[in-house]
Amino acid sequence: MTTTVLPRVNYLNHEHGVASWLLTKDHKRIGILYLIVVAVAFFLGAIFAAGVRMELTTPQGDLVSADTYNKLFTAHGVMMVFFVLIPVVPAILGNFAMPLMIGAKDVAFPKLNLLSWYVFVIGFLFTIAALIFGGVDTGWTFYTPYSSTASNSNVMLTGLGVFIAGFSSILTGLNFMVTIHRMRAPGMTWFRLPLFVWAIYATALVQVLGTPVVAITVLMMALERALGFGIFDPRLGGDPVLFQHLFWFYSHPAVYIMILPPMGAISEVIACFSRKNVFGYSFVAFSSLAIAVFGFLVWAHHLFVAGISPYSAMVFSFLSFAVAIPSAVKTFNWTATLYQGAIWWRAPMMWVFGFIGLFLIGGLTGLFLASLGLDVHLHDTYFVVAHFHYIMVGGAIMGFLAGLHFWWPKMTGRMYSDGAATLSALLVFVGFNLTFGPQFILGYLGMPRRYHVYPDEYQVLNVLSSAGTSILGVGYTLTAVYLIYSLFRGERAGANPWLATGLEWNNTDSPPLPHNFSDLPVVSEGAYEYSKRGMKVA
Amino acid sequence: MPNGAAAHADHHGHHAHHPALQHHFESLEQQHEASTLGMWVFLVTEVMFFGGLLMAYLLYRVWYPGAWAEASLALDIVLGGINTAVLIASSFTMAMAVRAAQTGRHQHTVRWLILTMALGLTFLVIKYFEYAHKFELREVPGPDFEWHGQFPYQAQIFFSLYFGLTGLHALHMIIGVTLLAVITWMAAKGRFTPEWYTPVEMSGLYWHFVDIVWIFLFPLLYLVDRAHGVAQVGV
Amino acid sequence: MAGHISPVRTYAMIFGTLMVLTVVTVAAAFTNLGIMNFPVAITIAIFKATLVILFFMHVKYSSRLTKLVCGGAFFFLGILFFLTMTDYLSRGWFVSPRGTAGAGTQVTVGPPPPPSAQPAAPAAEH
Repeated sequence: MTTTVLPRVNYLNHEHGVASWLLTKDHKRIGILYLIVVAVAFFLGAIFAAGVRMELTTPQGDLVSADTYNKLFTAHGVMMVFFVLIPVVPAILGNFAMPLMIGAKDVAFPKLNLLSWYVFVIGFLFTIAALIFGGVDTGWTFYTPYSSTASNSNVMLTGLGVFIAGFSSILTGLNFMVTIHRMRAPGMTWFRLPLFVWAIYATALVQVLGTPVVAITVLMMALERALGFGIFDPRLGGDPVLFQHLFWFYSHPAVYIMILPPMGAISEVIACFSRKNVFGYSFVAFSSLAIAVFGFLVWAHHLFVAGISPYSAMVFSFLSFAVAIPSAVKTFNWTATLYQGAIWWRAPMMWVFGFIGLFLIGGLTGLFLASLGLDVHLHDTYFVVAHFHYIMVGGAIMGFLAGLHFWWPKMTGRMYSDGAATLSALLVFVGFNLTFGPQFILGYLGMPRRYHVYPDEYQVLNVLSSAGTSILGVGYTLTAVYLIYSLFRGERAGANPWLATGLEWNNTDSPPLPHNFSDLPVVSEGAYEYSKRGMKVA
Repeated sequence: MPNGAAAHADHHGHHAHHPALQHHFESLEQQHEASTLGMWVFLVTEVMFFGGLLMAYLLYRVWYPGAWAEASLALDIVLGGINTAVLIASSFTMAMAVRAAQTGRHQHTVRWLILTMALGLTFLVIKYFEYAHKFELREVPGPDFEWHGQFPYQAQIFFSLYFGLTGLHALHMIIGVTLLAVITWMAAKGRFTPEWYTPVEMSGLYWHFVDIVWIFLFPLLYLVDRAHGVAQVGV
Repeated sequence: MAGHISPVRTYAMIFGTLMVLTVVTVAAAFTNLGIMNFPVAITIAIFKATLVILFFMHVKYSSRLTKLVCGGAFFFLGILFFLTMTDYLSRGWFVSPRGTAGAGTQVTVGPPPPPSAQPAAPAAEH
C-alpha cells in the first residue's frame, strides 16, 4: 500500500492557522484538540506519579514531606482520572472515528462539541491553577469531612475544575448518544454498527446518567466548605458516608467510562488483525450495555469498611460479582475471535495482547475486592492500588494506545515505525507488570496506600515497583517519539493500510475529507465481513 | 468516488434548503429529531443533577422527622402556594406559546412567551422576598445560623437542603427566563414557521421541566407536617 | 415537521386539573392522615408531574425513544434512592454478641446518652 499522491483536500489541510483550529466545528479536528490537552495532562500526571514512586524507593520520608506527598498523589489522581482516563478514548478516538464509522458528516451538535472542548480546557486550567497555588491534599475522592472542614489546601479550586470538566463529559456523552441515534447512514442498522460505536453508546449512557450526580455532590461539598452548609457535617447530624454514596454512584460507573471505549477499540483491532468477524457480535455489543447498567448497581463496594450496613454490603458484593459476567463475555469472545484467525503481527495487535492480559488480571483481582471478608483485609492497601491500575493503565491506556495505533494512519495520513511501536508495546507491558505486580504482594502483606513512609521489610518490593516505573516511562516516551516523528517523516498511508472493513477505511481518504465523505455512504453488510471479502493479508 | 458530486447536487435538488437546515443534516426532519432527543437527554442529566440533593433530602427526612416537621413550619406556605400556582400557570402559557408557533401565529407566540416570562419573573420576585425574610431571621445555614426550636442542629440540615434545592431551582428559572427572552426576540423577528419552530419547543421542554421540579419541591419542603403544626397551634 | 398540535381545550383542562391538585395537596397536608401524609403528598406530586410530562411536554404523542429516555431518567433516579437506602434502612439491624451495633448507625447529636445505654464491659483484664 504505497500511495505517493497526497489527497488534494483533507480535514488537516483545507484550512490553515490557529484560528481555524480553535474555532473548528469538525469532529476530527476536535478529536485532535482533545489529544493535545490529554497528552499534556498525561505528562503532568506521569510526573506526579514519578514523584510518588521516587519517594517510595526508601522506607523513610526523605524526599518529600508528608504534606507534599499527599499533594503529589492527589495531583496524580485528579489529573489522571478526570483529565486523562475519562476523556482519553471517548473524546479523542470517539470524536475522531465514531461519526466516520456510522457514516455521518459530523456529530449531531458540532458547536456543542467544540464547547465541550473549551469547557474541558477551562476545567483543566482551574485544576492547574489549584496545583500552582499550592496543590490539594484530600486525595482525588474529596471525602468529607476532610475536604469540607479539615483540609486547608486548594479544595475549592480543584473541585471547581472537576465540576467544570464534568460538564464537558456530560455534553460529549449527550452529543454522541444523539449522533448514534439520529445520524447513522442509510442501511447502518444497530446490528451493523461497529462494536466501538456500541461501546461509545454505552459510555455515553454512563456519562449522561452518572456525571450530574458527582457534579451536584462536589457542589454540596463546596457549599459546605465555603458557606457552612451542613449536609455531610456530623456535628449537625449529617452523614459523611452519604458523600461517599453519592460520589461513588458516579465514580464507580466512571470506571466504565474509562474501560468501555477501549474495549470497543480492542474489538475493532482484534477483528482486523485476526481477519475474522468478532465472535458473538451481539453478545459483545449487549455486554457493553450490560456493563453500563450493572455499573450503576455496585458502587457501595467502595464503602464496605466505611460503616455501611452489612446487609446492604452483601447486596452490593453480590451485584459486584455480577459485573464480572459481561466483562468475561467480552474477554472470552475476544480470545474466541483470535482462535483460528489469520493473526497479523502488527503494532496495534501488540497493544491488544497487552490489554487482554492486563485487563484479565485487573478484572479478576477486582473479584477479590468484591468479596466482603477479603476486602476488610485488602481495603486501602496497595492491593487496591495495583488492582485499579491494572484496569485503568493496563486496560484503558493500553486499549487507547491500541486504538490510537490503529487509527493513527487515518488521523494523520502517515505510518509510524512498526518495529518501534512493537518494542514500545513490549516495554510498556514489562514495565507495567514490574511496577504494579509487586504492589499486589505489598498490599496483601499489609502496606497501606497514601503513606509516604513504610516499614523496612517492604523496601525490596517497593524498589522493584519504582524500577518498573522507569521502564514504563521509557516505553511511553518512545511511543511519543515515533508518533511525532511519523508526522514529519512517516511513510504515507493509503486510504486503508490495514485492509480493514468499515466506512472510515473504505469510503474516505487518509486523512479523511473535510466533511468525511464525498457522497453519502450506504451500508449493506455487517461490520466485520473479513471472510466474505477475502481480505487475506500476505 | 465517481458520481459523488452529481449525486450530491441531485440529492439536494429534490427539496429546497430551509435557511435553518445545517449542512451536516440531510433533512429538517432529521435535524428536529436530533434536537428533540438531545433536549430530552439533557433533561435526564438535569433529573440526576437534582437527584443528588433529593437523595440527601430523603435520607435526612427519614432520619430526622421531628426536625423536618419543625423546620418546614417556618416556611411561608402562602408564598410557596402562590409560587406553585404561578409556575403552573407559566407552564400553561408556555404550552400555548409552543402551540401558537406550531400553527404559525407569530403575534400569539410572542404574547404567550412574554406572559410566560412575566410569570417566571413573578416567581423569582416572590422567591426573593422569601429569601430576604430568611436572611433577616438568620435562618440561613452557616456560622450565623440561629434556631430557637427543639432541633437546632438538624434544622440547619433542612435549611441547607432548602437553600440548595430552591437555589438551584431559582438558578434554572433565571436561565429559563434568559432563554425565553432570546426566543421571544427570535419569534418577534418572524424566524419561526410551522415547518421549523424547534427552539420554541426546546425551551418549552426546559421550562416544563423546571416547573416539574417545583411541583416536587413544594410538598417536600413546605408541606412536611402542616397537620401536626396546626394541631400544636390549636392546643 | 408536523408535531402533534393539541387543542386549546386539552391544555386548559390540564391547567385546571393541576391547579385543583395544588389545592388538594395543600388541603391534604393540613389534614392529619398520620403516616399517610407523606405518601399522599408525593403521589399527588407524581400525578401532577405525569400530567405535565404527558400533555405539556407532548410525551403522550412522542416516539417510543422519547418515552424510554424519560422513563430511564426516573429509573436510574430510583436506583440511586433505592440502593442508597438499602444501606441506611438496614443499619443497626446487626448487633454483635458483644452488644455493640455492628455498623455505623444514625448519627446522634446532643447530650450523651444515659449511662445505662453503654455497651457491655470489655472482657476481664489479665
